[in-house]
Amino acid sequence: MLKDITLGQYFPGDTAIHRLDPRVKIVLTVEYIVLLFLAKWFFSYGLILLFLVCSAITAHIGAKTLMSGFKPLIIIIIVTAVLNILYTPGEPLVSFWKISITKEGISTAFFMVLRILLLVCGTFLLTYTTSPIRLTDGMESLLKPLKKIKVPVHELAMMMSIALRFIPTLIEETDKIISAQKARGADFTSGNIIRRAKALVPILVPLFVSAFRRADELATAMECRCYNNGENRTKLNVLVVKRADYAAIAVGVVLLAGTLIFRHYGL
Amino acid sequence: MSPIIETQKLTHIYSKGTPFEHLALDGVDFSVDPGEFVAVIGQTGSGKSTLIQHLNGLLQPDSGKVLFNGQDIWSSKAFNNSIRFKVGLVFQYPEYQLFEETVFKDISFGPRNMGLSPSEIEERVYEAAGFVGLTEDQLAKSPFDLSGGGKRRAAIAGVIAMRPEVLILDEPTAGLDPMGSRNLMENIRAYHRENNAAVILVTHNMEEAARQANRLTVLSGGKIVMDGTPEKVFDNMEALEKMRLDTPEITQVFSCLRRMGFDVPQSVYTVEQAKSVLLDGKWGLGNA
Repeated sequence: MLKDITLGQYFPGDTAIHRLDPRVKIVLTVEYIVLLFLAKWFFSYGLILLFLVCSAITAHIGAKTLMSGFKPLIIIIIVTAVLNILYTPGEPLVSFWKISITKEGISTAFFMVLRILLLVCGTFLLTYTTSPIRLTDGMESLLKPLKKIKVPVHELAMMMSIALRFIPTLIEETDKIISAQKARGADFTSGNIIRRAKALVPILVPLFVSAFRRADELATAMECRCYNNGENRTKLNVLVVKRADYAAIAVGVVLLAGTLIFRHYGL
Repeated sequence: MSPIIETQKLTHIYSKGTPFEHLALDGVDFSVDPGEFVAVIGQTGSGKSTLIQHLNGLLQPDSGKVLFNGQDIWSSKAFNNSIRFKVGLVFQYPEYQLFEETVFKDISFGPRNMGLSPSEIEERVYEAAGFVGLTEDQLAKSPFDLSGGGKRRAAIAGVIAMRPEVLILDEPTAGLDPMGSRNLMENIRAYHRENNAAVILVTHNMEEAARQANRLTVLSGGKIVMDGTPEKVFDNMEALEKMRLDTPEITQVFSCLRRMGFDVPQSVYTVEQAKSVLLDGKWGLGNA
């Protein structure tokens, strides 16, 4: 049941995409997201899709894995599609009662859904191919300038890497607790909403207890090693921009230019 | 005697179709007779936990069957639901599943799910508490106020309260002190004896397996590689060592003695046995 959640999951591998500098990957992902919102018509979306497909193939991430992230979003996607179809003014194709479906509505809905799907795929590709530690390293390094205005960048990065690190642990823990309560006959799948909500208590209480216990243990362990707030800390793995990273940046620039040109011509 | 629980060519694959695909069980034929005490041993990752989660229907086999009293547990939904109460499974570190306000309420969670009457539930809770040695005082406490060992007992009582015909325990004594471990195993033995329940003990503590079980099943790489009485299994020391499993220390001592040229029997696996062998043997150590 929880195996469906792939958020923040990392698929270890040793492909060119896996080896890229995380900073480059983060910047490219941000660029990809911005471009998705700038894209206008089939050509620009096609170009972005091509970029995504090429990256996924290079990273050896299959279509099935990549699309596994859609499941929890189905409702959002359907609502978006329906609202866009019904509420976009324009040339009506079909109308009945007060509702009319317009040509513009259908095309807006289509592109909106495509945009959401590509958005999910792209960001998931980042987390699939970048370990949480490298990801936060990259973020910390990118956010470094903010230190000048007293933003606690290192602390934020540390909190984030701890949070990311514990997602799989907590999922595993939840799975174990669910199994243990099922073994005592707990039933999570039948009954009305109130019964089902009540059925969550035997999962949530142990989960919170163990999360607090883990947090406590982690804090003690950090204290024991005299952890302090990152003043003059050095890194074990220093991020270096390599030749492949420059190539990736070049691809990013081409993608940017291509999309902007297509957008200019309304394609 | 027909087995109470049995698996036939049980195969299970985790994360099928992803890069993490892993064959955890490979055609396992495992069976337990009513009233038997079996220990399942094997190193980490040998498939022990996967096997036991099939026995009460938490996991569904990818191929093969699990039979309870000769009936496939996946044959109907109603039967599958009732299996959890007949085959009680105590997970590793079961104290992490406690959640109720009082120990009493927590132990009654299983019986409540069975739909029993309040008086029946109460009777079972007291009976289960008796088996694991929890006092009335402790039943009224919050489970989070108990000691580590007390929590463990409460959690095990939560499964025993369902009066399962097969009781499965995954490393029940992990992390307990020797005294606590011994007491707990005594409690489990008592349940085994008084209800004539089959017990399946998963462990990698060879001493414990040798002392408790009438039969040992050794799992390695998702397959059953050895199955038989403790004498028979521990006789095969080299094979066990190849699987990175130990024999009990006393068996190792005797094997050492044999290598040194003493004509002592090989299949000695408890200290009590060793004592009687040495005292009664032709060594005359008893008289010395």
